Amino acid sequence: MKYSALALLRGALSGPDSWSPAWRSPEPKPEYEVIVIGAGGHGLATAYYLARNHGIRNVAVLERGWLGGGNTGRNTTIVRSNYLFPESARLYEFSLRLYESLTRELNFNIMLSQRGLILLAHSRHDLDAMSRWANAMRMNGIDAELLSRDEVAAAAPLLNLSPEARFPILGGFTQRRAGTARHDAVAWGYARAADALGVDILQNCEVRGFTRDAHGGVTGVETSRGPIRAGRIGIAAAGHSSVLARLAGFSLPVTSYALQAMVTEPTKPALDTVVLSPGTGAYVSQSDKGEMVLGASLDLFPSYAQRGSFALTQGILASTLAIFPSFSRLRLMRQWAGIVDVVHDSSPIIGPTPVPNLFINCGWGTGGFKGIPVGGWTLAHVLATGRSHELAEPFQLERFYTGRLIDEAAAAGIAH
Amino acid sequence: MSGHRLAAPAGAFIDRSRTVEFSFNGRPYQGYEGDTLASALLANGVRLVGRSFKLHRPRGIWSAGAEEPSALVDVGSGARRTPNVRATLLPIVPGLSCVSVNCWPGVRLDLGAVNGFFAAVLPAGFYYKTFKWPDWHWYEPAIRRMAGLGVAPREPDPDHYEEVTHATDVLVVGAGLAGLASAVAAARAGARVCLLSGSAHCGGALGWRGDVEVAGLEREARALGVRILMRTVAFGVYDHNLVCALETVSEEGAADLPACVLRERLWKIRAHSVIAAQGAFERPVVFPDNDRPGVMLAHAALKYARAFAVAPGRRALLLANSDAGLALAPQLAACGIEIAAVADGRSQQVEVSAVHGARGVRGATLRAPDGSTERVHCDLILSAGGFAPAVHLHSQAGGRLRWIKDSAMFVPDGAAPGLWSVGACAGAFDRAQARAHAEGTGDALARGQPVPPPPVSGAGICPPARAVARVSGKQFVDLQNDVAAGDIALAARENYRSVEHLKRYTTTGMGTDQGKTSNINALILMGELTQRAAPEVGTTRFRPPYVPVSVGAVVGRRTGALYRPLRRLPAHEWHVGRGALFEIFGDWLRPAAYPLAGESLEAAAEREAHAVRSTAGILDGSPLGKLEVFGPDAARFLDYMYVGSMSSLAVGQARYGLLLNENGTVVDDGIVARLGAERFWVNTTTAGIERTQAAFEEWLQCEFVDFRVLVTPVTSRWANVTVAGPRAWAWLAAAGFDPALAPAAMKHMTLKDSRIEGVPLRVLRASFSGELGYEINLPALKSRWLLERLWSKAAGIGAVPYGIEALQVLRVEKGYLHIGTDTDGTTLPQDVGFARGLERKSVAFVGRRSLTRAAGRDPKRPQMVGLVPADATTVLPVGAQIADRPPPTLTQGHVTSSYRSPALGHPVALAMLADGAARTGDTVRVHHLGRSYAARVVALPFYDPKGSRLNG
Amino acid sequence: MMLLSCPWCGPRDENEFACAGTTHIVRPGPEVSDAEWGRYLFFRANPKGVHRERWRHVYGCGQWFNVARDTVTHQVLAVYRMTEPPPAVPGEGP
Repeated sequence: MKYSALALLRGALSGPDSWSPAWRSPEPKPEYEVIVIGAGGHGLATAYYLARNHGIRNVAVLERGWLGGGNTGRNTTIVRSNYLFPESARLYEFSLRLYESLTRELNFNIMLSQRGLILLAHSRHDLDAMSRWANAMRMNGIDAELLSRDEVAAAAPLLNLSPEARFPILGGFTQRRAGTARHDAVAWGYARAADALGVDILQNCEVRGFTRDAHGGVTGVETSRGPIRAGRIGIAAAGHSSVLARLAGFSLPVTSYALQAMVTEPTKPALDTVVLSPGTGAYVSQSDKGEMVLGASLDLFPSYAQRGSFALTQGILASTLAIFPSFSRLRLMRQWAGIVDVVHDSSPIIGPTPVPNLFINCGWGTGGFKGIPVGGWTLAHVLATGRSHELAEPFQLERFYTGRLIDEAAAAGIAH
Repeated sequence: MSGHRLAAPAGAFIDRSRTVEFSFNGRPYQGYEGDTLASALLANGVRLVGRSFKLHRPRGIWSAGAEEPSALVDVGSGARRTPNVRATLLPIVPGLSCVSVNCWPGVRLDLGAVNGFFAAVLPAGFYYKTFKWPDWHWYEPAIRRMAGLGVAPREPDPDHYEEVTHATDVLVVGAGLAGLASAVAAARAGARVCLLSGSAHCGGALGWRGDVEVAGLEREARALGVRILMRTVAFGVYDHNLVCALETVSEEGAADLPACVLRERLWKIRAHSVIAAQGAFERPVVFPDNDRPGVMLAHAALKYARAFAVAPGRRALLLANSDAGLALAPQLAACGIEIAAVADGRSQQVEVSAVHGARGVRGATLRAPDGSTERVHCDLILSAGGFAPAVHLHSQAGGRLRWIKDSAMFVPDGAAPGLWSVGACAGAFDRAQARAHAEGTGDALARGQPVPPPPVSGAGICPPARAVARVSGKQFVDLQNDVAAGDIALAARENYRSVEHLKRYTTTGMGTDQGKTSNINALILMGELTQRAAPEVGTTRFRPPYVPVSVGAVVGRRTGALYRPLRRLPAHEWHVGRGALFEIFGDWLRPAAYPLAGESLEAAAEREAHAVRSTAGILDGSPLGKLEVFGPDAARFLDYMYVGSMSSLAVGQARYGLLLNENGTVVDDGIVARLGAERFWVNTTTAGIERTQAAFEEWLQCEFVDFRVLVTPVTSRWANVTVAGPRAWAWLAAAGFDPALAPAAMKHMTLKDSRIEGVPLRVLRASFSGELGYEINLPALKSRWLLERLWSKAAGIGAVPYGIEALQVLRVEKGYLHIGTDTDGTTLPQDVGFARGLERKSVAFVGRRSLTRAAGRDPKRPQMVGLVPADATTVLPVGAQIADRPPPTLTQGHVTSSYRSPALGHPVALAMLADGAARTGDTVRVHHLGRSYAARVVALPFYDPKGSRLNG
Repeated sequence: MMLLSCPWCGPRDENEFACAGTTHIVRPGPEVSDAEWGRYLFFRANPKGVHRERWRHVYGCGQWFNVARDTVTHQVLAVYRMTEPPPAVPGEGP
């Protein structure tokens, strides 16, 4: 069923029953051509692109809980492609371009709001680092502009513009095509579109083991809803990647951490862009509902608890007030955490695993949301063809042996 | 006017002898001291208080507590404007001024209410299905303006906040009967007890009923030394029983506040055991137009009558879906509120099929099972649908929930780790049993004995909420976010059936009230629609905070100058006296330069650099990181740490070293000097001291555990005064330094201990400028003395003070790398000219194995080179990219440092360039923001390649 | 915010400490293959459950020590010095 204003009008006249389910809740079949483990954004996008790009529709997406219930629904919803290295730039730019057409592609409004992302320069050293960054982005064919202090002030007037500030604002740099999207809508849009192409989304279906053939290759999974066979299996489980890898008998260069985010009570519009202050770690945007969405760095110890430490909450809010002092009287309304899969170079891993027929998409760390379309696209490619997608070639497990890391954070001195 | 003040003795919380003037939406009103804004508005007959989030429907006061979804106001103005304050919790104070949120131009005539006409096409999630054409950006600004609630202040908060940490044996959250009883029992058993009362009165719902039992318990608790914190709400339980609570200290919105008040206090309480006693919320009944001003939770009405002497209406229709609700009728009547009718909903015999009055209840139509209807004239509809225990803290602490079917409520399923629930929030509603259990719990926790299970009785028969069939009018489940039963039905139809999907798709429970009165009803309705019991739909894990808390209160004093405080040089005042231009470098406030009147930073730096090359200059290098490394294995250890062999140093010799991490990346550099056979002096970079020390300690304590080495950080013990320039020694000599330090007697890269007027000096001959240089380390508090002593002789030498900027000019002229500027977290030693050093060193060192991987052997790796702009006038922009063609194309490198060289008379730059060592003499193109420059690749250093100036 | 017991200073709030990840990793010699070196540097069990990890009391005595901690509940199961043999703790898989 096509979503449109007309459909809403029809719905208004004939009631809820005129709508059809966004996706089915099917029973598992005994066998699929491809199984994707994890019905977050990446897993659902993988299934969608398997069907759409490769004509593989006999696909199941297995989800321990509810679709979109993991990090997809627990992040600060930023999309951007402001990367230094050509490998990352190509990957994330491809993703951003898919985002730009996703609402119509999926017939589901993901509310992509390209309101721009401003990084604040708090020192002359920051200005130099941002000059490198912006110029590198231009080299990579991506929009980037350096901003003067006055331009930053005009874009976000509530910033602490005092020259006496502990972190004075000397300027910044922006990617105007960056912004936010509605996180749930991305998961739901992919789920609905994949379901319409015949993909079975199996919720409350926890993977408890892998079945193997004589050569060690995977032939299927044991789940809480019984065994399911598959020709190829893809893992897209973010913070739980290591748990699945262990079930399959290998380890990953991944550590799981809690990444906190929080929102204030909603207010009328007060911030029209996304602001990131690398010096303080504050990461602020305002949702369409009016909540200030605040993110920052990881909790500093490995964790599978979706909670987050209060010490870090205090740090995040202190950083936020350092750049937005007028937010002091806003009230914190909700705080939560996602479990993110952090690798040494903060870049993803998309490709084969040591286990035949088993493929993985993980390692997005704190930045998985923006990578959903390309993560799905490239995992679908390797699942369908057995070969890594050209965009994903630099992002293989092998780089941890050759030392060819793609360490954006280290190069930029800023956590991605 | 339906709401009105009742006669005494009603009004336990108000002082009728003190009237308070306040204003609401620009109109003046009067109330009594002790009133909340809500009670005072009701007393004044005000019913229309706010507008809802989506449909801008008129809303009144719905509750008497933290669960309030509708009566939100913005308090105050300017920097003290506080948005979205719940009128039910806001005490009125003289001069209080507040306005309704989310309405324009006003709450009576709100243009946003036009949304109500389109409500049918705006069901749950409508925005996912439309606004796709031409583009979301086309609609977003208007939708953002319609959304949001209050208006955020635009100026920095003038008030301040503080934080208190506290430790206790037993923390009791909630000062109702159960909380008081457990606190007293625990204190009697000898425990240190802390008790939090969310309001200004102990006793909870019994407090305003004038209950003697709670008054006695409160007296006893105080006598036993229980620490009672009033107006303090626990909002979060974190790891290992850290409970965070917010205490309201100053009244919001008072007219006569001083310029800065202590507004709120954050309590971080580490408790051995936590007892949750937060009671329960009333669960509303679902019926058409149940959001009209005049519809209210039944127990709230009783509280207004008893505590504040306010009748919210004259004639009430009581919808009692619970035993407890039914029992309210005589109590309300006794207060003077006429009960027009009681609809006993426990068997769903009579339903409300319509509410009359758009901006305030004027009546309701009741419908019997046979379809017959009866119109009831009333100005108040009281909703008593049962209770929802406040299981928030239990859930936050990791506790599970179970469903009590008869009472349609979730209660704690056993205790949570470290947290036990008592009273109504445990599902114990029988007063005597709840009190006994609370006492048993307090006593057992104080004595370390097993805690008795709660007498979970539920609250009698309370059938679950049901939507009324065959009626028009929205039946609201979540008032703030305008989620109606039809939206739940839509979510069910579209398969958003799990609790997470339900919440997110419909936005139930996502408002500032966090669904305290809506979540359970939403689950129940979804369960009915999908033939499941509520627990099968699921419950979400409750997240902190339990109630919204000010950002400022969480931050406390970590603001302004106390947010990551800056470090100042020990001789800061001396630099002020020299006219220093200070800048922040990392955590330090340091002189960037000492500009003369009218001189720019760049010009000052060039002048200072020129002076260092021609006479002498003085730099305060005190922030430089300093470690002393002692022990029989100190030499062997430093060999492991640095690229550069330290064990071969003779006593008094010094050597440059690069510090790598195990991945081979350059993380710091520095100079290591040998003080004795088993004793070394290590200079790190200013920014690198903490990571160097941490790395040293980690390797020593965790890997080389048999090494006998001690590392002592001495950065703040020693100041550093650096004197550089051809006349450096002449200057020192004039200031009375020992002739043993003369260049002829002391070689470059050696260290000597010396004294001057008894002050110990540790003098290192080293140079970051390429000139004769002395780095004089001395006790930190003596640095100003030494600077003054040297300065008194400066005029004769022609010496100047120089800042960081001149230092940068000087070191770039010499091609010396600066960690973090020319290197980043991907730089290997072979990238910065240390390929030969790696080959020479025979012993193992940290990171070495990583350098020989494929990535380390790649001939296309970037290497540090010098660049000279072809036009000999343009300072190449730092960060500019090197490539044959303008962008977009593949980059070959970038400019890392760039200055105009006063010594050479033209600009110079350092760059990282792919295969750079092989490209000396090439001309490259440098691109910066659409402009392009030619530059020549040159060998380093730019200046004095033979190093002849090092000896003056 | 966790409460960790420094073996030297006693129980202190988590923010006095820094965690450096998995402990008891055996450092191979320089002769190993690139693959083995890579596994030493980067590959971790990352258990959902008991994790043996290394902490430093940064804003305190500066000492490193080992902790066995559940990564789901954050319960601390054992604290022991770097040179002590690892004590057995409940819930640790093979």
